[in-house]
Amino acid sequence: MPSELLRIATAGSVDDGKSTLIGRLLHDTKSIFEDQLESIELTSQKRGNEQTDLALLTDGLRAEREQGITIDVAHRYFATPKRKFVIADTPGHIQYTRNMVTGASNANLALLLVDARKGVLEQTRRHALLSSLLRVPHLVLCVNKMDLVDYDEAVYDEIRDEFKSFAAKLEITDLGFVPISALEGDNVVDRSLNMPWFDGQPLLGHLEDVHIASDRNLVDNRFPVQYVIRPQTEEHRDYRGFAGSVVGGIFKQGDEVMVLPSRRTSTIAQIDTPDGAVAQAFPPMAVTMLLEDELDVSRGDMICRPTNQPTANRSFEAMICWFDETTSLRTGIPYQLKHTSKWVAAEVEELRYQLDVDTLHRDLEAETLEVNDIGRIRVHTTSPLFFDEYRLNRNTGSFILVDPATDLTVAAGMIIGTGEAVTGSHSIVAENITFHPSKLSREERWGTLDTGGATIWMTGLSGSGKSTIATAVEHSLVSSGRFAYMLDGDNLRHGLNADLGFSEEDRAENVRRVGEVARILAESGTVSIVSLVSPYAAERDKVRAAHEEAGIPFFEVFVDTPLEECEKRDPKGLYAKARAGEITNLTGVGAPYEAPASPNLVTDPDLETAVRQVLGLLG
Amino acid sequence: MEEVTKARPSSAVELTDLDTLEAESIHIIREVVAEFENPVMLFSGGKDSVLMLHLARKAFAPAPVPFPIMHVDTGHNFPEVIEFRDRVASEHGLRLEVASVQELIDAGRIQVGHELESRNRHQTVALLEGIQNGGYDAVFGGGRRDEEKARAKERVFSFRDKFGQWDPKNQRPELWNLFNGRHRKGEHIRVFPISDWTELDVWRYLAREQVDLPSIYFAHEREVVDFEGLLMAVNEFFPLPEGAQVERLMVRYRTVGDATGTGAVRSEATHYEAVIEETAATRITERGATRGDDRFSEAAMEDRKKEGYF
Repeated sequence: MPSELLRIATAGSVDDGKSTLIGRLLHDTKSIFEDQLESIELTSQKRGNEQTDLALLTDGLRAEREQGITIDVAHRYFATPKRKFVIADTPGHIQYTRNMVTGASNANLALLLVDARKGVLEQTRRHALLSSLLRVPHLVLCVNKMDLVDYDEAVYDEIRDEFKSFAAKLEITDLGFVPISALEGDNVVDRSLNMPWFDGQPLLGHLEDVHIASDRNLVDNRFPVQYVIRPQTEEHRDYRGFAGSVVGGIFKQGDEVMVLPSRRTSTIAQIDTPDGAVAQAFPPMAVTMLLEDELDVSRGDMICRPTNQPTANRSFEAMICWFDETTSLRTGIPYQLKHTSKWVAAEVEELRYQLDVDTLHRDLEAETLEVNDIGRIRVHTTSPLFFDEYRLNRNTGSFILVDPATDLTVAAGMIIGTGEAVTGSHSIVAENITFHPSKLSREERWGTLDTGGATIWMTGLSGSGKSTIATAVEHSLVSSGRFAYMLDGDNLRHGLNADLGFSEEDRAENVRRVGEVARILAESGTVSIVSLVSPYAAERDKVRAAHEEAGIPFFEVFVDTPLEECEKRDPKGLYAKARAGEITNLTGVGAPYEAPASPNLVTDPDLETAVRQVLGLLG
Repeated sequence: MEEVTKARPSSAVELTDLDTLEAESIHIIREVVAEFENPVMLFSGGKDSVLMLHLARKAFAPAPVPFPIMHVDTGHNFPEVIEFRDRVASEHGLRLEVASVQELIDAGRIQVGHELESRNRHQTVALLEGIQNGGYDAVFGGGRRDEEKARAKERVFSFRDKFGQWDPKNQRPELWNLFNGRHRKGEHIRVFPISDWTELDVWRYLAREQVDLPSIYFAHEREVVDFEGLLMAVNEFFPLPEGAQVERLMVRYRTVGDATGTGAVRSEATHYEAVIEETAATRITERGATRGDDRFSEAAMEDRKKEGYF
């Protein structure tokens, strides 16, 4: 009997055989019933098709069968002895971006298809971007119709490499590839005899084995209160339980907790489930919490830990996908916003830019978003939300917008952060300040917490892939229970370093500040992962010296991607702007980059290898 | 705000597939009670509604289920199921509403061709009237997406207009677990908390939880006739076709619907474990095996759902 549930979102363009692949998975795992097969055989015959069209299994609505296309997300189910699978089958047409987004929102894994004869298309890139935007933790690219290219390894290699170099620009943590023929069944369930050169697993084996338990955030405790249970019966007169689903962390009986917005603290007296009390609760368990103290708690409140709270703010920035066909995004009018178990009135203060999902170009001049458009907005709500960045928690980082005039869901959003620029006061006067020593020795601190700090310093050109590696390393460390935090140069320039420009002096100060933050975090027991161009060897050496002086491990990692390649990727459009003369001082174009003379590591071009190498430094 | 937690992922923090489904369904049921003024749960005594009610009891324990249940009664019932329905309602202290097709026929509001035609289609009228009379704004249904291809496209929160109709081309996008149940007076939301369960999941879970079911779900001896591939029980609802061969067979029901149109399947499965074995091995869908009404056309279900059927 299956023991785990895996949700898959499938995507692909019109004729690349997605429905056939799903039909094949259902058929080969014996999840299609005879009467369903008879029914579609009959329909195929009526239409004069030679082969039974497995796609008919998934196209459920009359209009879909008539037009031979998929309009809406359909859900399909199959199981193997290892796992139960739910497939959200989403249409590939460009106008159905919203359905892809819908299907991806709950998916553990995204399955993209390309036709081996056509290679990576605009839609493939679009779907990869959407998967990355929606933070689907695993992505598998199936190169389909290998039978039509004589099962040629070179065709597969070329498509794989092209997709890899595109994916490097996105935030994708786990990427897999399988050459298949859905029609013939090659590498779908059984290993293909036609492609002996492929040494990976067939698709189904991959789906059965991909590790998903660590995709949940088990570190930041979050419990949005959904409903208050008060039986008011003779037997349970004083029972007052807070019902809800755990969306982050592990809550244990006896834990000290804080309730937002009141900020009152208490202790978990009991965690109830319908089958009795349990010692601990974790995502996605639906439980009822009883607290030691009588606090005023109601729906929409958030239970967390006093030492680890979500951001509480009425203002934040988010990426949104616009869904509504009849209206477009408007600023300054009231929408209803739903976030966890809370509805609030909200308005969009500003459209920062529209994202072209094909070129990744940011259109700063865009005035509105129409159906299927994606953009970054600034939102203001009438009461504070308790949120995390979407990349840290898909539940506390997501929201929907509803138009109060029609009650329709018009947009879905993923929170980036408060985005507030801190205006920096620029004094670094240390003369009259004495150092306040901590009562804790490093040994006590690290020993008690069972941790050890270090700084990983990733240097390289803009677009070299530093942040992609850093993100994956951070994720991997946190998943394995280690404290780690990424310090991204671009992100810090929104806050800590918002007052700095790109002159030689400002770059040096930028590096100094980031180095200080990294060292302090490492001292606290965290692995600081710095992603910063940091072009000058002298400044990097100063940071290393400061770490050595403090006795904290420091690893300089050189992400040595050639300038031509960085320029080809150009994820932020900086090289294009530099070449057009719009910006000056871009490292590698208008400003020098001094490569490290003896770095601790030069990363491999392959992301997975690079991540393993970096993790290897920590031992 | 980054902090110090000693949480270490381990095998102890994983849920099984059934536990995950249970947690997701309970989340949905609680969400409805928190956001709607007047929900009701459809309850036929069939296994899917038994599962749904069981989950609702778990969602609010130790408090009682905070909404009534409604049975849309065609008047063509298996007596075992009606007895079961009444027993469950009284055992759990639930208010049972009956939306009666027979009463609407007697009042001349529904025209029937003859007394024993299937009343599945007429249930829609009784259901919509029951919803309107009760002023219900949310109606829990036990539909599952694996049952039928039009159902596979249904949302968990499914909007119905003033006439109770479904517009499959204009469904609200549903992301994460952020459900949008907003509606105007007179409109309502159908809620399908067990959308992602398959027939096998339902059986495995009911067996695990040792939930009581109407006896006709387990193998028993019964007089049946083979009618166009369906094994129809010989009773007052099924006039014997000419030349019909009555056989006494061990059968059970995979679904419970209008008694004139629901067939049995041959089975020796007298208890849960045996039913699970049979379900895991079967090669025919439950509707295909037992429901006369879904066989008419490819879009039979879609058409009925648009009119307001559950």
